[in-house]
Formats: sequence, C-alpha cells, structure tokens
Amino acid sequence: MGIIPVDTDILIIGGGAAGCFAAVEIYKRYPNCRVVIMEKAHIDRSGCLAMGLNAINAYLNPGQTPESYVSFVERQFEGVIRKDLVYSIAQGLNEVVKDVEEMGLPIEKNEDGTYRRKGKRSIRIFGERLKPILAEAVKKTPAQVLNRVVATNFIYNGKRVCGAFGYGVRDSMLYVIRANAVIVATGGASGIYRPNNTGEARNLMWYCPWNAGTGYAMGIRIGAEMTSFENRFIALRVKDVHAPTGTIAVGAGSRQVNARGEDYLELYYKHLGGNKCLTQHRLLATVEETKAGRGPCFLDTTTLSETEERRLKEDFLSMNPQIILLWASEGMNPKKRPVEVQGTEPFIVGGHCQSGYWIDKERRTTIPGLYAVGEVAGGAPKKYVSGSWVEARIAAATALEDMQGRNLEDVDDEVIQKEKARIHAPLMKKSGISPQQARERLQKIMDEFAGGVSMSYALHEERLIEARRLLKLLKEHGKDIVAVNNYHLVEALECIDRIDVARVLVEHLIYRKETRWACYQTRLDYPGKDDNRWLVFVNSVYNPDTDEIKMIERPLCS
Amino acid sequence: MSIFIDENICNGCKGLPEARCERICPGDLCYRKENMKAAIRDQSACWTCACCVKECPVQAIELKLPFQVCSSGASLKARLKRDKTIWTIRDADGHQEEFIIQAKCLKGDT
Repeated sequence: MGIIPVDTDILIIGGGAAGCFAAVEIYKRYPNCRVVIMEKAHIDRSGCLAMGLNAINAYLNPGQTPESYVSFVERQFEGVIRKDLVYSIAQGLNEVVKDVEEMGLPIEKNEDGTYRRKGKRSIRIFGERLKPILAEAVKKTPAQVLNRVVATNFIYNGKRVCGAFGYGVRDSMLYVIRANAVIVATGGASGIYRPNNTGEARNLMWYCPWNAGTGYAMGIRIGAEMTSFENRFIALRVKDVHAPTGTIAVGAGSRQVNARGEDYLELYYKHLGGNKCLTQHRLLATVEETKAGRGPCFLDTTTLSETEERRLKEDFLSMNPQIILLWASEGMNPKKRPVEVQGTEPFIVGGHCQSGYWIDKERRTTIPGLYAVGEVAGGAPKKYVSGSWVEARIAAATALEDMQGRNLEDVDDEVIQKEKARIHAPLMKKSGISPQQARERLQKIMDEFAGGVSMSYALHEERLIEARRLLKLLKEHGKDIVAVNNYHLVEALECIDRIDVARVLVEHLIYRKETRWACYQTRLDYPGKDDNRWLVFVNSVYNPDTDEIKMIERPLCS
Repeated sequence: MSIFIDENICNGCKGLPEARCERICPGDLCYRKENMKAAIRDQSACWTCACCVKECPVQAIELKLPFQVCSSGASLKARLKRDKTIWTIRDADGHQEEFIIQAKCLKGDT
C-alpha cells in the first residue's frame, strides 16, 4: 500500500447531497479556496439520494414561517430538539431550493410560476437526476474530487482535526489528506439492525446500504461528542420495496386501513390524534394492529383514478423504481390491490431523526477543525435534503472563516504507519471471520437485544445490558475479520465502523429511562414519557484510551 | 436477482478505463470480466437503485426484484435523454408500459 499525500484548505468527506452543496458554497464565497471531496463511490450517484427524490419535504410554502416550522418539528419530536439549529435551517430552506433549481432540478409549478404546494412544508420535484445535477455543479468548480476513496479515520493530533485518511479502492493507496478544516458529510448508518429482507434481498432496504455510519464512527474514535443516538429512525414504508408512504397518502390521498378495511387510526388510535397523529404514532398504530391480529395494514390505493395511478407511478420512478416492479407482477397495480405497509428496521440518521454530532449553531463539532452537516449532524430532525443543504451552506461559511491564518499541521509518520497497518490488517490474514459473518452477528445482537424488528422495536434494561456485553466481545473479534480483496476490505472496515456506532447507540438506549419517542425509543421498563426528568439531550463521548463511553446530559436551549 | 446484465447486448464499454456500470454503482458491485462483459459480484448486496440501469448506453441492464420478494419476471429498463428519462416496464406476460419523465431543466427552460 503506497501513500498519496494531498494538501487542501477544506476537506469534505462524503460527496452526497450535503457534501456536493458544501463544495459549491465554498467556491461561491471564496473562489481561490482549495477543496477536496473524498467520496467512497462516485459523486454522480452516491449517498442516500442515488436513486433520486420526488419531493422536497422541508420547504416553507406560503403561510409557513421559520417559527411555525420549529413548532412543527418540536411537536413531532416530543419537545426534544435543538430549536436553534432547526430555526437556522428553516431560515434558509427556500433559498437553497431555489439554488438547486437553478442548477437544473425540475420543480412542479403552478401556472403563475410559483411552486405547486404538495403539503404545508412540501413541494413535488422531478428529482430522478438530483444527484447528477449536484455533481455537475461541483464539476464546474475547481474542487478536486477523489471518487472511490473510502474515509477511514480523521487525522487528529489530540487537539484538532488536521485532515483525514482514505483508502483508494481502485488504486490500493492510502490517501493522507491534510486540511485546515474538515466537513464531515458521510450520511447516517444502515445495517446496524437485521433488515426486514434477508438473503438475496438483504440490501433491498430503505436507507442506502453503503451509508455505514463511518462518519459517526470516525468522530466517536476521536472522542467527539454525539447526541440522541437513542432517537432511532424507523420508517413506515411500502412492504419489501420501502417506497415512501407519504407519496401515496399525501400525494394521492389514500386512506390507511387494516386487514378488515377499517380506518384504524381513527377507529382505535383517536387518543393519539387519529389521522392527524405524529409520524411515529402512525408506525406505532401499525405495529399494534399486527399484535392485535388486525394486520397487515395497507394504504387503500383502490380508489385512485387512472390519471392518479399513472402519476403515482411517475413519482415513484423518480425515487423508488422497485415498487413499479412489484406492481407489474401478478397484476398488482395500485388500483387493483391496496399497498401493504410495514415498519423498516431501525436506522441511525440525523435527517429524519436527530442522531449525530453535537454541534454549535455554526456547525462546529466539539473537536476544533471539524464541522458536521446533513445526516451526521445531530439535534435537527426533519431537515431532509433541503435542510442538509442549509447546513452545508452554514458550515462552508464557518469553515472558511475559522481557517483564516491557519497552516497545515505536520502528520507524524508513526500515525500514518499505524493507520496503514489498521487498514491493511484484514488483507494480511489467512483465516478468521468474513465481513458477512461479522455483519450478521452484529445485526442479530441488535435485533434481538436492542429492539429490532423481531422485538417490535421494544427495549428494556436487561436485554440492553446483554447487548452491551455481546458488542464488546464482537468488537474484539473486529481484529479477526479477513478480506480477500478491496471490495471485502471495504466491507470489513464498514463492519468495524458499525460496531463502534452500535456500542454508542446501546449506551444511549440504556441511559434514557423513559419512553420519549414511540417505536423509535420504546422502553418496556419505563413506558411513560417523563417531562420532569427527561426533557434533556442524552449525549456521549467515547474515550479511546479506556474504551469507555461517558454519558452526558445537555439541557434544552431556546 | 436484482439486476440482469444481457451479455449479448453489453459491449463492455470498450475503450473506457472501466465499464460505466462499474464506475457508477454506489456499492461497487459491477465489474468487467475478462471477456469484457459487465457482471455483478454479489446480487445480495444490490440496493436495486437502478443507477447502472440508467447509466448503460446500450440498455444491457434490467432491474428485477429478488425472487424472495417477487416471484414474477417483471423487469424495468431506462434510457436517458438530456432532459428526461424514458422507462420501459415489462410484466411477466410481456405487456409493456412506457413512461417519459422530466429529469432536468436545460438552460433557458425555467
């Protein structure tokens, strides 16, 4: 493994929607800046929006204000959100959407040229090529894009982040990238829990299977403070193909019914708000219907007109083409049969929920030189893609300001050799466990002991303590993972990252002794919501020297 | 199965350092075999995102659902135009449906 040194002003890790936007923003403000994007796949189609997107769900339509947006998110998340972060996002939403429209994103319009409103905070887009459009904007800047280079660790001198290491999957080289500022934009974590689909269909999951939580893990390993990992995300989606139910429910106005054809939200869950309940209660009600023997549940698409049906298919082709295949089989057109809905396995994300780096309003993490945006940044749920763009804009401005007058730090050869040895280890072994074995072990532990699908997402202390013990053992097995080629090496590194994320997650799940968010964090041993005690953030800092995870509480702020 | 690569149609993107599907796959699953035909290294790792389906200039790649999820042989292909994507869906009985969907505003469109 040779070494490729790269020097830059700002390093962006992850060239997804947030990372690409950050690069464009930096050049808008400071055209002479040197920017490097390190991307594990190819920026044309990487990250969770590789398939495309059919709606922007964080947008202020007429009548909405930043204040009303914050109130909405606060209510949806039972009072625990970083209002300062959400407010800063809300203020910038409409501007960033306009910017991406100018890059070439088609947005549905009214006759007078205004965006057609889909919901209070939602507009319809034709975003099949959202990612290539953002990548094209990056290519118009002088940013250096390193495709197929997998981030492995930050370069950290004990005081600040001075760059990052990456492994070149095509050239088998170690990239040592020195930077004055590092923006982490790697996305959230999938694959922590055993997925709904298994075997040949194991990666037919909602969230991008290659968002392995690497950005979280890299931060955890240098002691960056993390927040709200216990606020897991479980999506209510079309069964097996994970197409968003909102496209059908909001876009086509279909009712949610149980196996008896009853409008179960209204009939049995009126106390939660019926059809106007919170997103997580929609999921909870669906889980409860199954337990009560009234499942499976459906979105009743049989009342669609032919025009609505075709439009629904168009919407999904731009975002989730799999559902079109499901409908094409055995005459399963949405008009002929209702669409079955189901909860996914839990994911750790900062875009729908709020797991991630603890950041200040300017998107600084707790480690100097490191900034976090998009899914890896915590405290601001429901930011989705447009909120991630706003964060990218804010972090770009902060990073540019903070790096003024700074010089690149030297990197000790010893540090480089240590990381090289760590990355190389799985390739050097002749026998041990495969990345698949390690992944399946992790997913089994998390599913059975930390509230996965098989446990109907429910948690309690005794099982979580067992998860803690088993994960510690599994982490020790990390050194036994064998890789026969670069593809498997990336899988091996992803496993190690996922185990680090899972261990922090379990500590967060143990710590919050109440039930704050239905299904996302349901404690059987503490079933009530306790506002007197738990209107706080649960944060954590990992100590790499002692292998201990210290828990911290942070108060809500205005 | 999640994608099916038709070796009779695939031309291996000869002349390029790597096949287009190989270059684009977000999971790094596509590669070029010695016979210069594209292949997928692990069907079970496929996200069925259709990025390779869209990227292939000769439409050699079809999207299919794994048998576990769907036992019929429905398949989906895509052709990219500058500003739109043309999708062709074929069900088990060979019935076809085509969709032409706007995907990009060219300069001067908006």
